[in-house]
Amino acid sequence: MRGGRWRDRLADLEVVQLIGHLGGVAQLTGQTLRCLVRRPVELRALVRQIDLLGIGSTSVTLLTAIFTGMVMALQFSVGLEPYGASLYTGKLVSLGIVRELGPVLTALLVGGRVGSGITAEIGSMSVTEQVDAIRALGADPVKRLVLPRVLACVISLPLLTMVADIVGVLGGMIITMQEVGITWRFFLNQLLDTIWAVDLLHGLGKSVFFGYIIGIVGCYMGMRTTGGTAGVGRNTTATVVIVSISILVSDYLLTNLFLAIYG
Amino acid sequence: MDSAREPIIRFRGVTKSFGRNVVFDGLDLDVLPGETLVVLGGSGQGKSVLLKLLLRLLRVDSGSIVAFDEEVTTLPQPALAVLRRRIAMLFQGSALFDSMSVEENIAYPLLEHGVRDPVAVRARVGEVLGMVGLPGIERLLPSALSGGMRKRVGLARAIAFQPDVILYDEPTTGLDPINVRRINGLIRSLQARLGVTSIVVTHDIDSAFTVGDRFAMVWEHRIGFTGRPEETRTCPWPWVREFVAGGRGVLEADLVPDPQVGG
Repeated sequence: MRGGRWRDRLADLEVVQLIGHLGGVAQLTGQTLRCLVRRPVELRALVRQIDLLGIGSTSVTLLTAIFTGMVMALQFSVGLEPYGASLYTGKLVSLGIVRELGPVLTALLVGGRVGSGITAEIGSMSVTEQVDAIRALGADPVKRLVLPRVLACVISLPLLTMVADIVGVLGGMIITMQEVGITWRFFLNQLLDTIWAVDLLHGLGKSVFFGYIIGIVGCYMGMRTTGGTAGVGRNTTATVVIVSISILVSDYLLTNLFLAIYG
Repeated sequence: MDSAREPIIRFRGVTKSFGRNVVFDGLDLDVLPGETLVVLGGSGQGKSVLLKLLLRLLRVDSGSIVAFDEEVTTLPQPALAVLRRRIAMLFQGSALFDSMSVEENIAYPLLEHGVRDPVAVRARVGEVLGMVGLPGIERLLPSALSGGMRKRVGLARAIAFQPDVILYDEPTTGLDPINVRRINGLIRSLQARLGVTSIVVTHDIDSAFTVGDRFAMVWEHRIGFTGRPEETRTCPWPWVREFVAGGRGVLEADLVPDPQVGG
């Protein structure tokens, strides 16, 4: 009995619970990958999820990106002016958006919107035994629920990031033209001098990983929801926190990795 | 127990805990072909867990569950899917898929198990809806149905693939007396018409005696009593008598005025 008590106390430790969650996410990832190669391919479900999760997030992405680009341009043009370097505003704005702010801000916003939505939907299904019903009817809930959502996130996020990059740079260009007095041709020349394919890959590569985080965490938290509607609310909130922190931590790690590979 | 018939389902030495909460500790139970076995027990004693262990929606901690001569606890995934075709379940809250129409809900197990002909699927959906007394509601969404209708659609979905065993998890909970009678009638008529074996988990004593051929009572983490209806009614054990009396013994004891307080 004494051994059992120690085991219970150990299980209560937050570190042990965290390791348990990481193991759970890894296990769900493995199951999702196995479903990926199993027929039939659920194309209709995938397209529906891309529509719901990806296309549905376009307006929030556009708004965030354009204002971020505008604010960055405003801050840089004012901040660089005392050093006589305000002409470099376009370079800094475009590089900052394409490499960092485009992918990260898009992931944070879409993560909050989509990750919580996935958890709420699958969580509600879990507490009303619909996930059990899928299993009982001989189907695999990972294939039916998790795979289309994770794939939709992985496909949609790089596309949304591209849109965010374009719109953010556009917003930055408008403000730079207004504040610094340069022409759009000058801005575009700076952009083409500054942004290389590797910079785009840097940002888009990260967004693929961020998409995976949003999808898998949203599904994992949904699948393990218990405790009725209160449990759904609790896990939905937890998803937003976990997704946001995971995106920020993995952004640092991935940036280091990409810098080591591409410089 | 009817010694002439071999059990088609056998629980042996089953233990199951959730954290520190022990649900079963060495549970044994046999289910005979063609019978309606009613599992009785108070709330939180693990009656629903018993059904979920049989379908392996939950895993046993130890022990053996044999269904149709196959060990459920170690069954590989493809064989488990085949077993789940033979054992259907009506969930407590019906567990209909909210986003699907009644027709899509009932067609789900058919499509999952390879019935691809849309005409055959539609015909079967119409047929089982007729069997549960709800013809012509194919296009409705579950949100448009009453509690009793949801249960009956859940039952239609359960019998769509012609199972050998039907598990009923609290089939009459939360229903008005007319719907309770209707559901009880359906349980009896499905047994008579389809020859299915049924396991009914309930704490509704009146329904239990209406549908049950045999009773099993969960008591202190095991099956504490099994017997035919007349044996159950005349059982001398106090906890069986109390339960069969609908807890009236407990209620009366609670209502005895405390002489210290008065009244």
